[in-house]
Amino acid sequence: MKLSNLFSLLEGPQTMGRGKSFWSTAGVLALLAFIYPLFADGYDVGNNVYFFNWVFMALGLSLIWGYGGILSFGQTAFFGISGYAYAILSINIGAEYGLTWLALLLGLGVSALFAAVLGYFMFFGRIAGVFLGIVTLSVTLVLERFMAQTAGPEWMIGKARLNGFNGMSGMPPLTIPWFGQDIVLYADVTLYYITLSLLILVYLGLRILVNSRFGNVLVAARDNPLRAEMLGYDIRKYQLGAFVIGSVLAGFSGVLYVSWGQYITPSNMGMTAAALPVIWVAVSGRSDLTATLLGSLVVLVGFQTLTIYGSQYALVAMGALLTLTVLIAPNGIFLSLGQLLSRRKATRNPAPQS
Amino acid sequence: MNLLETHQLNKWFGGLHVTGNVDFALKRGEVHCLVGPNGAGKSTFFKLILGEITPNSGNIIFDGVDITREPSYRRIGRGISVKFQVPGVFPEMTVEHNLIVALQRRYTNVQEVQAHVNRLLPFLHLAEHAEQLAKNLSHGQKQWLEIGMALSLEPKLLMLDEPTAGMTPDETFQTGQMILDLNKEGVTVLAVEHDMAFVRQIADQVTVLNYGKVFASGTIADIENDERVIEIYLGKAHV
Repeated sequence: MKLSNLFSLLEGPQTMGRGKSFWSTAGVLALLAFIYPLFADGYDVGNNVYFFNWVFMALGLSLIWGYGGILSFGQTAFFGISGYAYAILSINIGAEYGLTWLALLLGLGVSALFAAVLGYFMFFGRIAGVFLGIVTLSVTLVLERFMAQTAGPEWMIGKARLNGFNGMSGMPPLTIPWFGQDIVLYADVTLYYITLSLLILVYLGLRILVNSRFGNVLVAARDNPLRAEMLGYDIRKYQLGAFVIGSVLAGFSGVLYVSWGQYITPSNMGMTAAALPVIWVAVSGRSDLTATLLGSLVVLVGFQTLTIYGSQYALVAMGALLTLTVLIAPNGIFLSLGQLLSRRKATRNPAPQS
Repeated sequence: MNLLETHQLNKWFGGLHVTGNVDFALKRGEVHCLVGPNGAGKSTFFKLILGEITPNSGNIIFDGVDITREPSYRRIGRGISVKFQVPGVFPEMTVEHNLIVALQRRYTNVQEVQAHVNRLLPFLHLAEHAEQLAKNLSHGQKQWLEIGMALSLEPKLLMLDEPTAGMTPDETFQTGQMILDLNKEGVTVLAVEHDMAFVRQIADQVTVLNYGKVFASGTIADIENDERVIEIYLGKAHV
């Protein structure tokens, strides 16, 4: 496929927003995000990378659930698998020569493999609907239970102790090999720029994916699986593909989170953690990537603020938010707002009759 | 050579024998209608051919290949295409996008896909509705859109399950002409249909199913003059 064809897929029926006004607004937002560190304290900037870390997982869930119609409660399972894999690998192989990136890639590989095996049995076993949610939720809870009982000293992998419910720490952050001395990506401005760039790349890549033939078939299989199959598509392969890609993105969140905070515990795979991505994505608008990206960031920042001023109420507020969304804007608040905006624009400047 | 044959096809649902030893042959190039009372097993027969369900015994031969155990998507790949009884369009996509999804099965080139969309839209009487969401079409238009999606696969065999259900008499007639045009281009058609006027308009051959068995088979004239068919299906009022 030609490069220009690939770029043309950035816009399409599966993604909200097209034309000059959308891309210039997006450009301004990206620019603001890029110049923000110039006006803020380096410590705060590093802390705020935290919000970006989670959005990969939200985008992955948007692909699996919003576009594929597969409700996965298992994003946290892959978050944990890749996060722990990165921790164990990086502690063992160290941070020299940029080996942390190898730990990152292998960490994502473990998630991809696990998602492929789990997805194979789910989709080729014709499990559908609510049962997908039950299976994936069970998987993450089993992993949480398993990791919680690894506190004893016998649970060592090489130099890495798993530490059970106390959580693992002491793994090196990502590093960039540099002449003289490696650049260590502590929670700081450099990490901010790298994570932001990765987020933009993943967002644009997913836009291309969902507007491609793959995305078309995925959405078709969501809306009418029998019809999609009777157009000659083996929809199980497309669902499996979406599940693996979305799960790897959750794994990416896991690695970035561990590298950023040098800490991970089994509760990252627990019930509460598993429910949160579903809430971010449902509230934002699961069937659109832009709504998910912006909505998740706003919800995450809101949740964090609430946690600071009264941690016990934050989760209650999240639950209330989800209930409100289901009642008022079942397709998601940000998606509904976006659709309202584009409809307004369309009535103000009606498209020329062709 | 026959395009489609079934040999001693049987399907039970529990104790219910819904398809009984069906021997059926469809000649290449013909328009063949399946008729019969409700519960005669017409839909089950369609599902068996499409692979939605697998038979308890018997064989299905399409284009010289035994497809009895093949998954649906592979049968579609061999040149079988279907329009369902309840219009199976993608409601949240535009008319044009529905066709694109179907066409992408065969064509990867964007320009080629667009050319086929532009050719199909007027044929389906949908040129003015290209940008509309499929859920906003009238019932008849949805039926046409789905016929268009089925055609996008350039099938050897087009299967139509009650293609005129819920259509106005005018739409029904236009659909008949559409099917005859396609048949002239070489598409073999197998249709389940209740409207005998429509059957008369399109059918070369008619098979009557009753209680899961082939009850009678022949030209439309043979069938309409068959005393036994009048008894079980057409009714005395028909003559």
